[in-house]
Amino acid sequence: MKPLALFAAAGAVLAAVPFLGLPAFYESFLYLVFHWVVLATSWNLLSGYSGYFSFGHAAFFGAGVYSTAVLAGKLGWPFLWTLPVAAAVPALLGVALGAVVFRVHALRGELFALITLALMFVFATIALNTPIDGGPGVFLGAVAVPSIAPSPSGSFYLIALVLALGTIGIAYAVFHSRFGTGLFAIHDDEDVAEVMGVPTYRYKLAALALSCGLAGLAGGIHGVFVSYVTVGETFSGWMALNVILMAALGGTRHWLGPAVGAAAVTLMTFAFTTSEYAVAGRAAVGLVFIVVILFMPQGLLGRFAHRKVLPKGEAVAPLASPAGKGGEPILVVRDVSKSFRGVQALAGVDLEVRRGEILGLVGPNGSGKSTLINVISGHYRSDAGSLLFEGRELSREPPHRIARGGIARTYQIPRPFPRLTVLENVALPPMFGQVVMDRRDAEKEAWRWLEFTHLEGKAHRLPDDLNLHQRKFLELARALASRPRLLFLDEVLSGLTPAEMDEAIRLVRAIREQGATIVFVEHVMRAVMELADRVVVLTYGRTIAQGMPREVMRDPQVIGAYLGTAHA
Amino acid sequence: MPSFALLGQSVLSGVFVGALYGLLGLGLTLSWGLLRQINLGHFALVFLGAYLTFQLTAAAGMDPLLTLAVVAPAFFVFGMALHGLLARFSVTPLNTLLVTFGFMVMIESLIQWIWTADFRRMETHYGDVRWKIGGLFVPLPELLTLLIAVALALGVWAVLRYSDLGKAMRAAAEDAPVAAAFGVNEKVLALLLSGMCAAFAAVAGTCLALSHTLAPGQIYAWIGVVFAVVMMGGLGNPLGPLLAGLVVGVSEALTQALTAPAWAPLVSFTLLIAILLFRPGRFE
Repeated sequence: MKPLALFAAAGAVLAAVPFLGLPAFYESFLYLVFHWVVLATSWNLLSGYSGYFSFGHAAFFGAGVYSTAVLAGKLGWPFLWTLPVAAAVPALLGVALGAVVFRVHALRGELFALITLALMFVFATIALNTPIDGGPGVFLGAVAVPSIAPSPSGSFYLIALVLALGTIGIAYAVFHSRFGTGLFAIHDDEDVAEVMGVPTYRYKLAALALSCGLAGLAGGIHGVFVSYVTVGETFSGWMALNVILMAALGGTRHWLGPAVGAAAVTLMTFAFTTSEYAVAGRAAVGLVFIVVILFMPQGLLGRFAHRKVLPKGEAVAPLASPAGKGGEPILVVRDVSKSFRGVQALAGVDLEVRRGEILGLVGPNGSGKSTLINVISGHYRSDAGSLLFEGRELSREPPHRIARGGIARTYQIPRPFPRLTVLENVALPPMFGQVVMDRRDAEKEAWRWLEFTHLEGKAHRLPDDLNLHQRKFLELARALASRPRLLFLDEVLSGLTPAEMDEAIRLVRAIREQGATIVFVEHVMRAVMELADRVVVLTYGRTIAQGMPREVMRDPQVIGAYLGTAHA
Repeated sequence: MPSFALLGQSVLSGVFVGALYGLLGLGLTLSWGLLRQINLGHFALVFLGAYLTFQLTAAAGMDPLLTLAVVAPAFFVFGMALHGLLARFSVTPLNTLLVTFGFMVMIESLIQWIWTADFRRMETHYGDVRWKIGGLFVPLPELLTLLIAVALALGVWAVLRYSDLGKAMRAAAEDAPVAAAFGVNEKVLALLLSGMCAAFAAVAGTCLALSHTLAPGQIYAWIGVVFAVVMMGGLGNPLGPLLAGLVVGVSEALTQALTAPAWAPLVSFTLLIAILLFRPGRFE
């Protein structure tokens, strides 16, 4: 545990500062650095990691400030006792906000930013007009601060140091955990993350609660530190903006980035604006911002943002697929329909997938093949009908539960997580699959599938560096890594050269050898004929034929669907 | 219950404040929606424009509205230069926020250096003119702001909707490579648009100088509400900030008249949250 030791050492050295007898100014200045470190790092836990940008961090900071202000300042609670409340109140408010907002699909991006900004004004107005503040501000100068250091400023320094180290520790742990991986996946493509098994709703809620709670804790301490709090100073858009700037300057995709940014901005502001050339100093701060962002768009730590590469290690023993009898139905689709604003994409589809088979799903463009996969994987919710997977009804399950049940899919147009490396992309599904693996095991598992798809040479590259055929294979590796019992392949062969196609066909066969049942959508008839045990034909959202490939392809209805009927 | 005249006066003052919100938001929504640039510098430019109007009126004795003949073209060039810089480094939308923040701070420092941090109030003959119409007082500076805000928003809306230039701009915003393939010179259009946004900041600045007291620190006071108004109005929609601004302004003014003034922000922002939760599709 090298990082832990480093961390403990840094903490021990910093904790000694108040006992050196330095002027109180240094302690107070460092207190401010820690304060901003906590705020920027906590903001980043939600916004940097999961991409849900909050403009309202000050709302939760303020909820913490006023929790302590009311309890310590008005009701006479001891200072330290108020801190758990100062964390809990904003965390609960965050959960309440998230429980509503995260259910509305459209509230992403700017709209999430807007709603958090609006919330800040609402909180401010409520505080201003109720006994929480009431207008004149709350005086906290009489609140006793436990003397854990020789001076009051030293005590604040130590409290803030503990919180800052704790926050950075949390950021570090989340960054390297399954939770963090899930948040990064949400950042890149939330829908795909959910289909890969990430419980996106719960993760966003947890990140928001954590972020708000830490901000509230910083607020509870800061209120007593400044000893007089007002609504205008507390709930300011300026603070929220400052936090975003710090995080972005340091790098939002690194656990330490926001802390570095916070320290840099606090130092810079101090160094430039306390001299007699304060105005020129402020201009210089502005100039530094411009130059850093133009030349280091990922922030100061951006180039280090990739997570530590774990040793490759031995692959874990293959997960035994449950050896069901071949031939029994694994998935039964009954009368499933789905329409989009009047377009009937599926109009009562019936089909059965038998365990161990390779089923070809064919039909002309627009016949509903991809919609069917989207419905089974939970991406869309069906309007009617039932989907029984190994006897379990799927049609009302959220996508991540379906994924955990053992169903995986690929996308027709590859949708890798663009900011995760190829290895991280493939290691994601095993972390959220039927058997939950930690990151180390998941990466070992991922290596296995990268070798299987001949992508091991690209493991540490980003998906953008791959060509089409490699991206398709990445899709395949990612679907395989969760060891699905039922695998949907949506046109993995289209656009490949004949040689690449031969390789892909060989791969699909090898997947079946390992015990997975495969349903594949394909327009390349040669592959359908070579691979499929059975074929199901869809037209206008209905099943019109199923059976052995050669027989089905001679069916007059099928020929009609593809080529049109003769009107002679 | 306050008198009818008082309520009417409140609504009117809400309309005037809302018009200023809309005017400040116009350049922001265009650059955010069509260029994907979140331009914090816009707020500082508005204030720089206001101070320049103040200076040219006070020192050179120009008519405040005529100062735009000097300030607006200068800002247009600055806007083009800003876009040139952002495009040269292909700055991401988040990072445009940071870069333009840098410009905001630099412009604020410039203002403070030249005009100091003291409050400044422009004295013009416009400020003395006010009419009494049906029991309501209508001051000329505010009325001018309203007229200019409506005219500009409608004008931009018409240009974007009906002219070839506007259609090309919208096409380039939606899908630049495809627009380019159809012969749209999207780079030049983006430069023009960015210049226009900065020129709108000059106009908003003149209106601000006509009706408000100026101080460099005031730049930050506008950010929250104007951002909310821009997002409420729908990004890239030139009529959006004006309409949302009027809603916010009037509801704030009415709350002030009917309850304690301090409750004012609650109404507009609760309204906003409700719209977001129940009609999120309206924003897409």
